[in-house]
Amino acid sequence: MTAMISARGLTKRFKDVEALSGLDLDVPEGTVLALLGPNGAGKTTSVRCLTTLLRPDSGTATVAGADVLADPDLVRSRIGLSGQYAAVDEHLTGFENLVMVGRLYGLGRQRSRERAQELLERFDLTDAGGRPSKTYSGGMRRRLDLAGALVASPPVLVLDEPTTGLDPRSRLQMWDVIRDLVAGGATLLLTTQYLEEADRLADDIVVIDHGREIARGTADELKARTGGERVEIVLADGSHAEAVRSVLATVAVGEVGVEENGRELTAAVEGGVLALQRVLTGVQELPGVEVLDVGLRRPTLDDVFLTLTGHAAETDTSDETAEATR
Amino acid sequence: MSTTEKASLARAGRGPLGALEDGWVVAQRNLVKIKRVPEVLVFVLISPIMFVLLFAFVFGGAIDPGDGSNYREFLIGGIFAQTVVFGATFTGAGLAEDMQKGIIDRFRSLPMSPSAVLVGRTTSDVVYNVLSLIIMALTGLLIGWRVREGVLDMLAGFGLLLLFAYAVSWVMAYVGLLVPSVEVINNASFIVIMPLTFVSNAFVPLESFSGVLRQFVLWNPVSALTQASRELFGNTSPASAPDAWSMQHPVLYTLLWVVLILVVFVPLSVNRYRRATSR
Repeated sequence: MTAMISARGLTKRFKDVEALSGLDLDVPEGTVLALLGPNGAGKTTSVRCLTTLLRPDSGTATVAGADVLADPDLVRSRIGLSGQYAAVDEHLTGFENLVMVGRLYGLGRQRSRERAQELLERFDLTDAGGRPSKTYSGGMRRRLDLAGALVASPPVLVLDEPTTGLDPRSRLQMWDVIRDLVAGGATLLLTTQYLEEADRLADDIVVIDHGREIARGTADELKARTGGERVEIVLADGSHAEAVRSVLATVAVGEVGVEENGRELTAAVEGGVLALQRVLTGVQELPGVEVLDVGLRRPTLDDVFLTLTGHAAETDTSDETAEATR
Repeated sequence: MSTTEKASLARAGRGPLGALEDGWVVAQRNLVKIKRVPEVLVFVLISPIMFVLLFAFVFGGAIDPGDGSNYREFLIGGIFAQTVVFGATFTGAGLAEDMQKGIIDRFRSLPMSPSAVLVGRTTSDVVYNVLSLIIMALTGLLIGWRVREGVLDMLAGFGLLLLFAYAVSWVMAYVGLLVPSVEVINNASFIVIMPLTFVSNAFVPLESFSGVLRQFVLWNPVSALTQASRELFGNTSPASAPDAWSMQHPVLYTLLWVVLILVVFVPLSVNRYRRATSR
């Protein structure tokens, strides 16, 4: 299969920060690659290098058969980018925004108008199409921005954190929209901070940290490496930690984590609900152990990170707050 | 690969006509803002009226233009020059806002002409300047300013003002791409534009300056622009022009500055735009 996006040894330095240090990527035609990592991992920098917004210090990349460095204009005519912040003009209506993008892609006035109408319908924005986009909700703006990326039906789509900052309902809507695109055969590069999102949408996942790849594989492969689901158990009293730990150890893949003075125990397990059942039975047989909470959860980005790097994802929360308020 | 190329509707590399079309599309986008946020326009138009009235009635009694003409007549040419130069701040603020809001990333990811965003912005700001010139001229007429030369000279006067303003727009476009936020641009432009317009013959006659300051005033392009518009509107006689080449040939001198500014700042701004990313 032809790689629609292919990058070799991309590096980019900003003053004293190494944003990218030798990243390789391959996205075969018709597939979805998720670039997964915490804030500051280099996701946006990668996207900017691949979409010609930023020149890498070294390395090569081709997108949809065009060389990013030698022929950026050709690349731009074959990609659609939807960024982290909805890049729509708030004074223009949804319709006007899409017509403008169409004309700047060179579609001509008539075709741009038709295309704008089609996309408004497809993204459930027909009713709002005549209103200035500043009256839109966050989810609507993101959909409009994504529609902008699709105006020219580009063969390659690049979505930079398409759901960051969205409420859960808008996030689910966005996922549906993206899944439709993929079903339609688009090649997609997606960045995200959420393992769940990568899991739902991507064929392949590249986990990055400090500008370099730390793991790659399908969602299942990564989860297998991080030990699948977790059983979490919260005790009323830390003094029973050792006894509970040995129960968890019978189903655990790898170490059992003990935190909060022995009151919180976590173990990666295989077999999901069955493992949970065995833990509950085992703990019930222990005399005097009071369980406050017990549950089964899917591995988070933090778990992936902890397993792969030995340190938790350094999510810069101050940065995230700043983004959310924008 | 052939299926890929067919799949995309976009056309890359559309030549000079495409560049003009792109610039016009961006200009239209900017002008929509006048329709949607008319308040902006109201303030753009009120401030020149305020300037005319303030100078005419506050300083009018204290300043003698010296050539026997009256101050209000003398003043209007200066106000025209000052207002259109200040109008360039709009260009910078508009671009800084586009950078801040991230829409510049959208533009830069499109196969459009790299100069289109700047051409569109500077062009739409000409519309603002035309409107404020009309308002100022009407206010001027009300307080006693008159056009004493022919229609052609008058049109040449307005044309020269718009041309110079257009050139300054490109300077502010460059500044707008450099500064970190919209708030900075207003202060930054104030620092540049205030001295240029006040240390000139726009509000007070050349005779009130001496030494180095006088030389600055004589060769300040805003002085030449002011002198040129006064002459073209017939508010001063070319015979009484100060004895410096710039003042003896104010139209030519202003045009030289227009060319110089455009030659320097168009490539500088376009180059800056190519490397710009949103903040």
